[in-house]
Amino acid sequence: MTFEYEATVADRGVDLAFDIAPGETVALLGPNGAGKSTVLAVTAGLLRPDVGRVTLDGRPLTVRGHRERDLHVPPHDRQVSLLAQEPLLFPHLSVLDNVAFGPRSRGDSRSGSRAAADQWLREVGIEELADRRPAQLSGGQAQRAAVARALAADPKLLLLDEPMAALDVAVTPALRQTLRRVLAERTVVLVTHDALDALLLADRVIVIDGGEIVDQGDSSEVLARPRSRFTAQIAGLNMIPGTWRDHAVLTAAGMRVEGHPGDPQPHEGDPVVAVFPPSAVSVFLDAPGGSPRNALEVTITHLEPHGGQIRVRTAELSAEITAQAAAELDLAPGSRAFFVIKATEIAVYGT
Amino acid sequence: MRRRVSITTAAVVLAAVAGCGSDGADGAEGTGVEDTTLTVYAASSLTATFEQIGEEFEASHDGVEVELNFAGSSDLVAQLQEGAPADVFASADEANMEKLTAEGLEGADPVTFASNTLEIAVPPGNPAGVQGLDDLAGDDVNLVICAPEVPCGAATQKVAESAGVELSPVSEEQSVTDVLAKVTTGEADAGLVYVTDVIAAGEDVEGVEFPESSSAVNVYPVATLADSENADLAQEFVDLVLAEGGQSILQDAGFAQAP
Amino acid sequence: MTGQPVRVGVPTWIFFPAVAGAAFVLLPLVAIVLRTPWSRFFDLLGSQASQEALLLSLRTSGTSTLLCIAFGVPMALVLARTSFRGQGILRSLVLLPLVLPPVVGGIALLYTFGRRGLLGETFEVLGIQVAFSTTAVVLAQTFVAMPFLVVSLEGALRTAGQKYEVVAATLGAGPTTVFRRVTLPLVLPGLASGAVLAFARSLGEFGATITFAGSLQGVTRTLPLEIYLLRETDAQAAVALSLVLVVVAVLVIGFARQGKASL
Repeated sequence: MTFEYEATVADRGVDLAFDIAPGETVALLGPNGAGKSTVLAVTAGLLRPDVGRVTLDGRPLTVRGHRERDLHVPPHDRQVSLLAQEPLLFPHLSVLDNVAFGPRSRGDSRSGSRAAADQWLREVGIEELADRRPAQLSGGQAQRAAVARALAADPKLLLLDEPMAALDVAVTPALRQTLRRVLAERTVVLVTHDALDALLLADRVIVIDGGEIVDQGDSSEVLARPRSRFTAQIAGLNMIPGTWRDHAVLTAAGMRVEGHPGDPQPHEGDPVVAVFPPSAVSVFLDAPGGSPRNALEVTITHLEPHGGQIRVRTAELSAEITAQAAAELDLAPGSRAFFVIKATEIAVYGT
Repeated sequence: MRRRVSITTAAVVLAAVAGCGSDGADGAEGTGVEDTTLTVYAASSLTATFEQIGEEFEASHDGVEVELNFAGSSDLVAQLQEGAPADVFASADEANMEKLTAEGLEGADPVTFASNTLEIAVPPGNPAGVQGLDDLAGDDVNLVICAPEVPCGAATQKVAESAGVELSPVSEEQSVTDVLAKVTTGEADAGLVYVTDVIAAGEDVEGVEFPESSSAVNVYPVATLADSENADLAQEFVDLVLAEGGQSILQDAGFAQAP
Repeated sequence: MTGQPVRVGVPTWIFFPAVAGAAFVLLPLVAIVLRTPWSRFFDLLGSQASQEALLLSLRTSGTSTLLCIAFGVPMALVLARTSFRGQGILRSLVLLPLVLPPVVGGIALLYTFGRRGLLGETFEVLGIQVAFSTTAVVLAQTFVAMPFLVVSLEGALRTAGQKYEVVAATLGAGPTTVFRRVTLPLVLPGLASGAVLAFARSLGEFGATITFAGSLQGVTRTLPLEIYLLRETDAQAAVALSLVLVVVAVLVIGFARQGKASL
């Protein structure tokens, strides 16, 4: 009951292999042109590899150049659904009929597939939009409908191709929460650029660069200790793992970080992670007294220019401040300082 | 068919150009007296014969060029009524010539110069075994005739009526050419066309004569035109058509003498 | 938004040839309207021959449009969605009737479906006589009208792209389901305007019909053939019928434009 992938597409220079356990979500990270889309295309049956073998639940989907006979199961017969950046809802069908498309194609009755579609719309929180046309939906609503449609097809494997890349940043957190809920217990390949997606949605991360795997492992481990430049780049977010205690994140070192818990609320004692961008960090030389804000004492390891700003790094965290502020503070590697972050800027997620 | 269209088009364009420049053209013509052009409008069924007569006319008249414009008689009359410049008009029937004389466009009174009768044209080998007009009455013969609206169709109608034969054609065509085409391709078992058409078609069709054809003799009139700038030359052309030279060419093509 | 956009890249002199061109196309239509014998208009249209010709034209054009859809849609799909050796040549050949003189089309059809044609004997054996039948009219119209549908639909298919079809396939829809539930509905406006153009072309078909099908009232004499014949005896009636065809053509183009606008 596993997804096994192994394929070479010579003219795209992509040659890699990996397995996914049932119910596991794997994030494929990598820069543009790394080969992520090729993996999805081969898996969905849209591209024949030069050599390769792809199986799902022990059933060969694509076999080429192996000892067994060559084989290519057509896309519609693979039980592999694909959700792309764009929702691509069929413009001539209502939202309900879009979601019912999968069940209907499988041969379910009209009423049966509509009932199933209704169920899925409720699951993604847009049941009231069932009768609308796709053109009448916002970007976020349309992508929710697309998620419902992909799931309603009851795939054994779900492929997500940067599902939130085309969305307004204002609606991504809510959709991410929804995906987190509906993807649990499913076998999923998630292509993303966003470390937060990898961290929150995936159990495991595979980092691809130049057509091969350069890093892989447990999401939070890979992102916390990036071994490739790309991972470091996209893992630019600050992440502090800990346990949820008394409405705050308690780190292993005993530090308390207050943040803004996402939905669903973590329970007391849950493993959680506090996440915040470097730009949310202010740097002080002395601890600000009597403030409700989080102040973390750090030792600066290095300073580097970063997009017109100065990136101030410590072993685990980084801050982004203006060059003027850096000059005024007279920061240098080895300096001790305080990173101060407002609680409202910190997101807390269960892991 | 194509040829007819192109000749007609050329004539219309020429007519238009000539019409536009007629006011100022006199002076220009004066400088080039050497070549005189005689324009002859003639029914399509006269194509082969009038080309020959035209050559003969040119041979006996130095510096004269005969320009022939062939089309359906009714098309030609329509063009003449719209003011197309021509010197001679030869019609395939008297009805169309009457349209012309009704408006007083003729130079001298029309004279009949030939006649033509209908004949049954059948594909080589006569697959349907047509022997006479009676054989054309049944549904088992694919008969193609001219539509009653055009001269050959009117003649067909007349022949059928006087013979008391009810024709049941599968198609009523626009022109003799169209009827003949249906027979030569073997689509039709028989077609009613003129004797001259059967001769002109050569080996592509066979002719079956029938006595009843005498009830509709088609008479060809010719006339000079009032607007002709070469009235004398035009009259000489008409004279040639009526003279032995013209008549023998016509009779070789199957035309009978005018009654 | 307020304000008026400024015209850029259209020199003033360009309007003179543009207007002259428009006048060249429109004046003949005006001339037909001016020459129409309005006092006798409805009498002329009411004649048995005219009515039979009009009905025959509508009937045959409708049938040929259906045939164009039945065969043109699969052709457009194959041309737009597959690639094989010689496809470019095949496309050009299939579109040939667009530029071929209709008379040539008629002659070609004659040598194919005529009694002595390529397939004529086969039909004869089956007891079907194509020559001089309404079927021949429909064949001639379908022959000349098909490319209009294929061209317009192939364009729509290429514009629509394949992304929706890919999504449908990954949702478990087989090729036939994808075609029926996704491809066709998406290109429906293109199909509609293609069908309208094909209908219009069928309605105006003359050369191939007169060459291939013949001309008999109620059987093969369509409106354009009737107009051509009427010129011999009653030019005014021919003008009146011409105006009917002009009106139908204007309606058809209006409809096709609307179809495009909704794309």
